[in-house]
Amino acid sequence: MKRVLAVLLIVSLSFVVFAQGASEAPAKQQEIRVLLANHPYGELLKPLIPEFEAQTGIKVNYESLQESQLTQKLTTEFATGSSTVDVFMTRPLQEGLLFIKNGWYGSLAKYDFSDYPAASVELGRKDGVPFIVPLVIEWQVMYYRKDLFEKAGIKVPTNFVELEAAAKALTKDGVAGFGSRGKGAAAVTQISSYIYNFGGNYLENNVAVFDSPEALEGIRYYGRLLGNYGPQGIASMSWENLMPVFQAGKLAMWTDASVFLGQVVDPTKTNIPAKDIGVAQLPAGPKGDSPFIVTSWGMAMSSKSKNPDAALQFLNWATSKELAVKGMLANIPMSRDSAWANETVRKNMNAELIATQAHAAKNGYPLDRPFMSAVGQARDLIGEVIVEAINTKGTSTRLPALATEKVKAVNELLKADGEYGGK
Amino acid sequence: MIKSGFFERNLKYLFPLPALLFVLLLMVFPVLYTLFVSFTDWTLTSGRPMKFAGLGSYLKIMGEPRFLDAVGRTFYFTIGAVLAEAVLGTTIALVLNREFRGKNALKFILLLPLVATPVAVGIVFNLFYDPTIGFLNYVLSVFGLPQSGWVTASSTVLPSLMLVDIWQWTPMISLIVLAGLAGLSNEPYESAKVDGASSVQTFVHITLPMVMPTILTAIILRAVDALKTYDIIYAMTGGGPGYSSETLNILAYKFSFEYFNMGQASSILVFLFFIVLLFSLGVTKIRKLFEL
Repeated sequence: MKRVLAVLLIVSLSFVVFAQGASEAPAKQQEIRVLLANHPYGELLKPLIPEFEAQTGIKVNYESLQESQLTQKLTTEFATGSSTVDVFMTRPLQEGLLFIKNGWYGSLAKYDFSDYPAASVELGRKDGVPFIVPLVIEWQVMYYRKDLFEKAGIKVPTNFVELEAAAKALTKDGVAGFGSRGKGAAAVTQISSYIYNFGGNYLENNVAVFDSPEALEGIRYYGRLLGNYGPQGIASMSWENLMPVFQAGKLAMWTDASVFLGQVVDPTKTNIPAKDIGVAQLPAGPKGDSPFIVTSWGMAMSSKSKNPDAALQFLNWATSKELAVKGMLANIPMSRDSAWANETVRKNMNAELIATQAHAAKNGYPLDRPFMSAVGQARDLIGEVIVEAINTKGTSTRLPALATEKVKAVNELLKADGEYGGK
Repeated sequence: MIKSGFFERNLKYLFPLPALLFVLLLMVFPVLYTLFVSFTDWTLTSGRPMKFAGLGSYLKIMGEPRFLDAVGRTFYFTIGAVLAEAVLGTTIALVLNREFRGKNALKFILLLPLVATPVAVGIVFNLFYDPTIGFLNYVLSVFGLPQSGWVTASSTVLPSLMLVDIWQWTPMISLIVLAGLAGLSNEPYESAKVDGASSVQTFVHITLPMVMPTILTAIILRAVDALKTYDIIYAMTGGGPGYSSETLNILAYKFSFEYFNMGQASSILVFLFFIVLLFSLGVTKIRKLFEL
């Protein structure tokens, strides 16, 4: 009797297991899995996905993740060979090289790239094959309080000397004159424009050079500004800490990525009326006027996709001209040239923001971090130099030695990954 | 009934089989796999397949100044937080062991930190700690005291994090010790009373020795957990400012998911595994001394 029961149990259980597979098989609806970032563009896509499903009959299963978790999830899935992802949002400068090198991106040779700035496509290309569709751009701007400038009777700074003077004049009554990211690795992208404007760089021909006198001068200047005029605890602040301080009215100037304007002026989040918030281009330095302007987000296909045709169809839709215009109208600066030429867009977008984009597009530099596979570790190493500069208000005597030590460490990383020197 | 057939003969193996498989797949396998990876040079950034490297990853990690700092911080955090929790927790348990009005309400309130999600706790404490717009510096300024950088200054970040851990986990020690106190027999107290012992003497010579095994159990449980603390540190500081709150777990996380250096990350984790193991064995030994 027991045996009969046991056999019955097994049979009935396996029935349940296999029945599920059987019931799905005849439908044969195409399905793809899409990973989106918790980014305004991901938010824009989500409610529109049912339209795509209705048009094409392709079922889209999407997930939304915070940016660093997205990188981790993709990396873990791809590295273990267990990925079922078809299309995903990707950060070309952070993970592009890593993913290209490991062969995780699918080829996009069939995609039409004619509407994109050539340089932005180039970063995601290897041996002539493109792998990343540029999606969103960002560049460095300076958010500032018009009312505080007016009260103090000073003009918006256009160079670094004026910037320092303004920061000094505006630091009073519990308000910090100047803020920018100070938290080591997070600060690497924001200090980049300062280093460029002093004539320095992170890498030259894939060799670390951020211990050059020019780069060090930029790092010292940044440290002096933040150490003297930054909010308390600046050396551990990233944008998510600086934004509430600015919104609470405790910060007069804040340099960070252009993408935050929408949140900065959002009346439900800020105490400051939108008319008192201005956006200006980053002041020029003694040797340059090159704020970074980068492709912060792109979209790509997985090389392991079991449904490449459906995946490409989704990619074409999600990066279409129409959606790019929708993105622009939602204050998301898109990569497509046609989106910037659109009349409705130009009429509706913040005029100051458009001006800073025009300046950055003309003069800017297309990288905001060392472009290498081990960028995560390199950012931590450079971050140590930045934090030392901030903690000593730019006066550290051991800064050159520290920078040289970190340059050596970054070069070691480049060598270990076979990227040192040349291409 | 005649015992026959495969099922009947092997029932004693078959029934625990699912549990055994579960343990093997979800507990033993990851540990062994981590051990295996720790002997390779596997990095994702190089794009090369993994290669056996012997003790290479261990040697590289030992030579990394951040590693030794992280070991020190892990112990500093654990010992500081758990000692404070043990003292506070036992004190609270002794207070709660008496009868007074509102005792149950107090017990209920004490339970609340235990059920809170660590990441949410971290975010809320970060709001309190914020040096410019946070509540704690406001309170300090009202009393005319100097302001602190809390989690944003490298000198105060670990104590600030310990404070969060203490806030959250002291109640757990209280509850365990309270259960231990409730189980004590009354006889020694009665004899002590007859002999005219003072309340301090009763506490030092009777209560404390009798409840000590329970306190040590609570300490082991807490310390093993504290050595592995990850969530509040990651949520509140991510190991910063600089590296000044980077414990072993945070360091291993960074090496694996930010640097993609799986070999070295695994060797850090194997090291942490042995620390936790040795620590538990040590405290278990001490506990046995009290049981005699």
